[in-house]
Amino acid sequence: MAEKYIARSSAIAARLVGDEMMVMSAADSTFFILNEVASAIWQAADGCTPLSEIVAGKICQEFDVDREQAQRGADHFVDELSQHGILRVSDQPIINSSPCPESR
Amino acid sequence: MTTALLATAKEAVSIEIGGMAIALRMHDPSFRRLIENRYAGFVGNSSSSHFEFDIELYEPSESAPADYGLEVKVEAGEWLLKRGDFRARWNPEASPGHIWQSRSPYAIDCVLRIVHTLILARQGGFLVHAASAIRGGKAFLFSGVSGAGKTTISRLAPPDATLLTDEISYVRREGNRYLACGTPFAGELARVGENQSAPLGALFLLEKGLQNRIEPVGTTEAVQRLLRNILFFADDPELVKLVFQSACEFASLVPIRRLVFVPDRRVWDIIR
Repeated sequence: MAEKYIARSSAIAARLVGDEMMVMSAADSTFFILNEVASAIWQAADGCTPLSEIVAGKICQEFDVDREQAQRGADHFVDELSQHGILRVSDQPIINSSPCPESR
Repeated sequence: MTTALLATAKEAVSIEIGGMAIALRMHDPSFRRLIENRYAGFVGNSSSSHFEFDIELYEPSESAPADYGLEVKVEAGEWLLKRGDFRARWNPEASPGHIWQSRSPYAIDCVLRIVHTLILARQGGFLVHAASAIRGGKAFLFSGVSGAGKTTISRLAPPDATLLTDEISYVRREGNRYLACGTPFAGELARVGENQSAPLGALFLLEKGLQNRIEPVGTTEAVQRLLRNILFFADDPELVKLVFQSACEFASLVPIRRLVFVPDRRVWDIIR
């Protein structure tokens, strides 16, 4: 199975509040509140780290979750956000990824 | 020469909302009087306006519903506004703008609301679906969608409260604080607000209930609810980002609470 690379879109506005990330699509104004796990994936979406590596190295380590279960959740999350243009997904590393948003 | 004569023949009315004066120039004296009456209390001196618009009136075709198909977009630095009963072009860097509209006051009302949202977005402020009032030197916002109780809470306001609006509140950023300013944008009360302003004390999210109480609201919910009620018309990603940042900044500086209330004057006893 091909690797999946994810990067934050530049057409979004986002802010971290506590453990939750608020993300708004600048294109259609849809608004998401990401929980702690989703926020961790979002913050790791640098375009050059494969999703499987983010899951294994970050999600499973930090949240004590089974790898298969975490991968399924991550795939679902990435699919949903990419449908709204909030995450970019590719089977190749993505250059020019947006910087991580500020936190408050 | 002819153009110059025509230009001087236009008379201007300056509508000043939130300290932002917008001069409207037109030929038709009866329409000018209509505007002066509608915005009574907000008419200022046109020589010190921040922006200017020339208004041309036209008879709309019957096939075009007045409130049909609002469109707000930017092209080459110029804002293009369009609805069934008006068209407008405006480059904030190159005043005056131009408005072509029917004689309906609702058309100019809509143009003014849009123009103010565009101005405020760049200044960290916004227009929001909320009633607002000043009491004890502080302003309070009561936000909610239609039916949430904006008009009700306005009707229940005690005599020592100054009503700024029962429908659309004007929020301006000033350093690390926010001001609520009166607006002529009325709701069911059909009464323009007082042209006054005060530092914001709190924003209350309205919810009808069985008793009066104030509940805390988490930051993410506060931002989400605020964004739902901020007036925003433009199809422009950069402005969407600005409004999002403004809502986040506002929520970090102004207490946002849920006000559960019964339609009873005693609700104002807990507002402070």
